[in-house]
Amino acid sequence: MTLTPARARGAGTGAQDTAAGGRRTRPAPVLRLAGGRVSVMVRPRVAAVYTGLLAATAAVFAVSLAVGDYTIALDRVLWALVGYGERLDLFFVRDVRLPRALAAVLVGAALGIAGAVFQSLSRNPLGSPDIIGFTGGASAGAVAVILVLGGSTLQVSLGAIVGGVATAGLVYLLALKRGVQGYRLVLVGIGINAMLLSVRDYLMTRAELTEAMTAQVWMIGSLNGTAWGQALTIAASCAVLMPVVLLLGRRLRLMEMGDSTAQALGVPVGCTQVAALLAASALTGAAIAVAGPIAFIALAAPQLVRRLARTSGTALMGAALMGALLLSAADLVAQRALAPTQLPVGVVTAVIGGSYLVWVLYREWRTGNA
Amino acid sequence: MSLERPSAVAGAEGEDPAAPDSVVAAHALDRRTRAAARTHLLRAGGLLVLLAALLFCAMLSVAVGAKDIPLPVVWDAVWNPDGGYDTSVVWELRLPRTVLGVFVGAALGLAGALMQGLTRNPIAEPGILGVNSGAAAAVVVAIFVFGLTSPTAYVWFGFAGAAVAAVLVYALGSRGRAGATPVRLALAGTALAAVLQGFVYGITVLNEFVFDQIRFWQVGSLVGRDLELFARIWPFLAVGIVLALALGPALNTIALGEDLAAALGAHINRTRALVALAIVLLCGGATAAAGPIWFVGLIVPHVARSMTGPDQRWLLPYSALLAAILLTGADIVGRVLPATGELEVGIITALVGAPVFIMLVRRRRMAQL
Repeated sequence: MTLTPARARGAGTGAQDTAAGGRRTRPAPVLRLAGGRVSVMVRPRVAAVYTGLLAATAAVFAVSLAVGDYTIALDRVLWALVGYGERLDLFFVRDVRLPRALAAVLVGAALGIAGAVFQSLSRNPLGSPDIIGFTGGASAGAVAVILVLGGSTLQVSLGAIVGGVATAGLVYLLALKRGVQGYRLVLVGIGINAMLLSVRDYLMTRAELTEAMTAQVWMIGSLNGTAWGQALTIAASCAVLMPVVLLLGRRLRLMEMGDSTAQALGVPVGCTQVAALLAASALTGAAIAVAGPIAFIALAAPQLVRRLARTSGTALMGAALMGALLLSAADLVAQRALAPTQLPVGVVTAVIGGSYLVWVLYREWRTGNA
Repeated sequence: MSLERPSAVAGAEGEDPAAPDSVVAAHALDRRTRAAARTHLLRAGGLLVLLAALLFCAMLSVAVGAKDIPLPVVWDAVWNPDGGYDTSVVWELRLPRTVLGVFVGAALGLAGALMQGLTRNPIAEPGILGVNSGAAAAVVVAIFVFGLTSPTAYVWFGFAGAAVAAVLVYALGSRGRAGATPVRLALAGTALAAVLQGFVYGITVLNEFVFDQIRFWQVGSLVGRDLELFARIWPFLAVGIVLALALGPALNTIALGEDLAAALGAHINRTRALVALAIVLLCGGATAAAGPIWFVGLIVPHVARSMTGPDQRWLLPYSALLAAILLTGADIVGRVLPATGELEVGIITALVGAPVFIMLVRRRRMAQL
């Protein structure tokens, strides 16, 4: 095990330099294990940011188990988690609040990491599922199931996933031409997305008001009434897909330097693209199936964590942590802001997340950074 | 200042390296001048063809609908209104809708071309830069707070919302020394759109009445917009269109790059401010009048550029005419195609626009403007 300085990683494209700030110049020490086969770059700032995110998520998680119309003290929450306490405590903590809080954390993490993959593949900070058509496809699919077929919750989720994956696949195929270039992917995504959104809006105008209203709530994205079944769905998806994405992380970072460079360094570019796109799409699909197409997490989480940690490349783990924190905090606000009326969490992610991004951009650009 | 022969035409041909007294060089120069003249003639001819096509579309738009009226009768009703049924259909329903379509189309095409020219951003478009969301948020306020119920009533809200959003996004995106880069503008637009969209969602979830109104407004349509609405909005659109067309040479100079343009004596900031004003007038007017129509402002300048090249003096009028043709054409198709009822023009433009746009994206290298 040795600690050696490594050259600071240069970011891939201009777009990402702009977004990340590109301030890091000092080399970071590298932790090498098993004779150099496994190496981890040790960066105090990154470690601190990740720890902070983890702690904040845990705090939000605990609070969301405790507060509500029936408030439970934190020590009683802990007892209820391990199976002791009053029946009402047990019911609220374990059957009502725990699945919802878990789903919020996991859906947020899934969206965050998927967003990071999409942005890395498209080499564009806007290349999130929102932009490249996945979210549009999912909501069009779901709204079609709700309004045209009048389907059940399960069928709606299925419609969303089919719509999302089919759209992402279509976008990728249409963007394919001697490899997928970032800008083309984003542009094709915007095209398909606009088409799908207009189909969705058209369906909305032709539906009965109450049905359209149901579709609208679903479309915004909501965790209201999340049960164990949904929490387990997203947990299983994360358990299977997140390791795959994390394993692809190193290749993705190499590919940010350009496809030909990555190819020369021995990265199977095409395979990696397809695998990463499939895994990220599946994660987004699972998130949408559970909570609807929640806007902004996938777009903002990777950007925010890069700003906080001042890394220049994609930070997959960080994006997942940031996504988890953002969504669980947003869901807490959505539950409590206008209580007893519960807002869909998508309203909160959009308003708070968007405001925060506006503020970050304002500050960064005023000082002339980025 | 203005350059007589700016970037696109003159720049493409470059300086003549040969000695001025060389006969060969003189011949080459002559040939090149004639080629340039031919190009100009070709482009002017193309403009006339487009104008004729627009006129044809407009006449068709007045003639075609639930009750088809033969073109000669249309012609007669326009010039000699006799108070009959056909005349009232033509004057009260079809003409306002057609004129609105032409104006809104031209405005959207010009706004897109100006945005792309100013920011040199191939994905710059009114919708993407937050304008549609700003208008939607303001319309929601008009319905929720003031209880207004028709496009004519909330036209000023739509206009103000679009204008404020456009100004905010540009102000945010152009802070600091680096100025308004493509990525910055798109990020700023996305961020602001997210906030506004969240606000719209919040209100619509809490209030069914607002939702019922906004779901019809947000598809983008020329239906049910009366003469009164057009009377309110056309001065803004007209000023915006004239201003936009006048800005071609200045945009050409800016396209040389900021340093070079400044060295040549261009007033970069003044040009930017005027372009921004034109964009606000055009986007605000179009969105207030017809609702958010995606895509026209995005694809039309690309199509126009494939015909004219990057010279803004040609690109802008081509964009205006092509977009007006696209919008009136789409409106006709939406009236004729479905077996029952009508398809809103915003849906048609998206369905037609997306494949064209994707084709363009695949064919050429769009990132370079």
